[in-house]
Amino acid sequence: MKKNISKKDININPNLNYDINLLRKLYKKMLLIRRFEEKAGQLYGMGQIGGFCHLYIGQEAVVVGIQSVQIEGDTVVTSYRDHGHMIACDMDSKGVMAELTGRIDGYSRGKGGSMHMFSREKGFFGGHGIVGAQVPIGAGLAFAHKYNSTNNISIAYFGDGAANQGQVYETYNIASLWKLPVIFVIENNEYGMGTSVKRASSGNNLAERGKGYGIKFEIVDGMDVLAVRDASERAAEHCRAGKGPFILEMKTYRYRGHSMSDPANYRTRSEVDQIKKNSDPIENLKQILLKSGVTEDELKLENNKIKETVNEAAIFAQESPEPSIDELFKDITIN
Amino acid sequence: MSVEILMPALSPTMEEGTLSKWLVKEGDQVVSGDLIAEIETDKATMEVEAVEDGKIGKLLVEEGDQAIKVNTPIAILLNENEELPNEVKQIIDEKKEKLVTSTFIVTSNDSSEKLKNITPLNYKNITVREALRDAMSEEMRLDNNVFIMGEEVAEYQGAYKVTQGLLDEFGDKRVIDTPITEHGFAGIGVGAAFANLKPIVEFMTFNFAMQAIDQIINSAAKTLYMSGGQMGCPIVFRGPNGAASRVGAQHSHCYASWYAHCPGLKVIAPWSSEDAKGLLKSAIRDPNPIIFLENEVLYGQSFDCPDDENFLIPIGKAKIEKVGSDVTIVAFSIMVGKALEAAKILKDNGIDAEVINLRTLRPLDTETILNSVKKTNRVVTCEEGFPFSGIGAEISAVISENVFDWLDAPVTRVTGKDVPMPYAANLEKLALPQVDDIVNACKKVCYKN
Repeated sequence: MKKNISKKDININPNLNYDINLLRKLYKKMLLIRRFEEKAGQLYGMGQIGGFCHLYIGQEAVVVGIQSVQIEGDTVVTSYRDHGHMIACDMDSKGVMAELTGRIDGYSRGKGGSMHMFSREKGFFGGHGIVGAQVPIGAGLAFAHKYNSTNNISIAYFGDGAANQGQVYETYNIASLWKLPVIFVIENNEYGMGTSVKRASSGNNLAERGKGYGIKFEIVDGMDVLAVRDASERAAEHCRAGKGPFILEMKTYRYRGHSMSDPANYRTRSEVDQIKKNSDPIENLKQILLKSGVTEDELKLENNKIKETVNEAAIFAQESPEPSIDELFKDITIN
Repeated sequence: MSVEILMPALSPTMEEGTLSKWLVKEGDQVVSGDLIAEIETDKATMEVEAVEDGKIGKLLVEEGDQAIKVNTPIAILLNENEELPNEVKQIIDEKKEKLVTSTFIVTSNDSSEKLKNITPLNYKNITVREALRDAMSEEMRLDNNVFIMGEEVAEYQGAYKVTQGLLDEFGDKRVIDTPITEHGFAGIGVGAAFANLKPIVEFMTFNFAMQAIDQIINSAAKTLYMSGGQMGCPIVFRGPNGAASRVGAQHSHCYASWYAHCPGLKVIAPWSSEDAKGLLKSAIRDPNPIIFLENEVLYGQSFDCPDDENFLIPIGKAKIEKVGSDVTIVAFSIMVGKALEAAKILKDNGIDAEVINLRTLRPLDTETILNSVKKTNRVVTCEEGFPFSGIGAEISAVISENVFDWLDAPVTRVTGKDVPMPYAANLEKLALPQVDDIVNACKKVCYKN
């Protein structure tokens, strides 16, 4: 498995064919996700966030790279590890954090929680708690794009664990048959909860499973935001051209446990440390930025701004009131 | 010796059919295996083969003859050189007279007669199958966002012919055959509904919807709530539910109470053509996920149905099919017909039963039920499903909680037996609630054993 690109590689071959402002944007977004997730972890520890809380730390390059090729009207759907996706979709940190704390100003008025958040306005269709269930939903969104003759695509994220669910393959079959404009993004972070991919999945890799359905695929270094962006560009172009679905398998890694309550005893501390040291997506892009003439001071300033945004979100999320009692019976059906 | 060729049963629920085309004429020699006729059943048009060799002596029914009962002679096969004896000719003429019957009609009940008088609607006699098809085609004409997908809905014209003709009218963009992957296509439907399309997802039977129940409950029913009201899911899941005939435990399950259990869904169970049309049209227009439980046995039954594309039946309202004063029978779907039959028998026994057709199971029209109980003071609930945690159990609880003091007898349930559906004809009949069971239950609560 090719998963590590070291700083050394970047020093030898800094790919600077990118607009520096694009690189800045990617960096800022990844950093916002990381700081947001760190704060969420902290609030969880303080008892401000309840239930399950799955952090995205380590995987930021995947969603930020893909988001950078999206156009207005494209739709995103993912699993329960969804905070990063929402921030990438430009959903407001305050609204996301307030949902985590179960308050009325949360995106779901406090009734969804960490795993169930949505923003129709931003094209984010959840936030789904059932492993794999978002995959046919993503294809359904693609069906709507095609039905409405738009140029939009659907992006359906799922993990290596979900990649063994039957409905994923039912969806591959139909999506390929009906040429639906959907990118299936497998975020392979090596562990489905505590079970390594090797112990759960047969075959060489997960992306190749699309072959039987005639779906094109690429395996991508998901720790490298630029590699992610390049691959996504190719995938999106394929989908927008009406050629049907595309699979991107992102080789990535989560630094934290499966959820806040997971001690992650199934892997060694050194495995995690190695990846943090060599493959951190934010640190690697930072090196590229510095090579490209961006100053340490500018990045520090940016970091401080982001910290402030996240702190404001945390305060907002704790000050927002709990939903009123009458919310209990609201939004069950539309009258 | 001449041999009678009989009208064959070509599906588990077929009781009669149409002889759409003769492929032989009188005097033709046929050998076993030759195609002799095309017969239209409640599900499909099928070719019928000769099972013996001989000469076609007489065709007993004409092309286009409808409602020919299973096992009716349709032709006489003669041995070579044998002539049709005169006495046989005579018998044939008599039989032919009898064959010319109209389509099976379930006679309308009192209240629908009443409805006719108070509303200026034109009625036409159509099957439940046609009513469902008309509901879909009318709504598809009105709203381009409505489309239907499912197994065999398009080119095959529907496994039970409910979608007949839709592909021709609306094309393959809106009438879509799916692979046999209920979980997958139900989820795709849900996604399309989140994006503001209005899918009708047909399950060949609700037994197969078990494969998709996660998408129905966890995705379709709960997301509006989990999204704080943002993600409506305007989708109709429809198909036959409950027992058909002799298809065993995996194809006979009534899922009414399963779906009615879940907040976020609306659950509808029509009985007549009027119900089917008016409620399906309302379901398609409703912004919520709808479970629309049809019944295979009812598909071929004909009822008078308002012939008006603006005719809608409100979701959540029951209909009093027969007014009565001694006992309330609460039923839905196929059990409404059985309840009305029971009411006729009860009338001869001096018991005047009121029959409520629930039409919608969630939200339940408790008001109509409770008002009836206050009048009759006795209730019998009827359903094909199992007794444990069934619709009858819920109705019983609602009655106890609200009008306990009005009751003169315990609420009594008539249900399917608490067993997986057996195949053997005698056992299947025992497992299903019958008219006599309703009659006996009503007598019991009226203390007239």
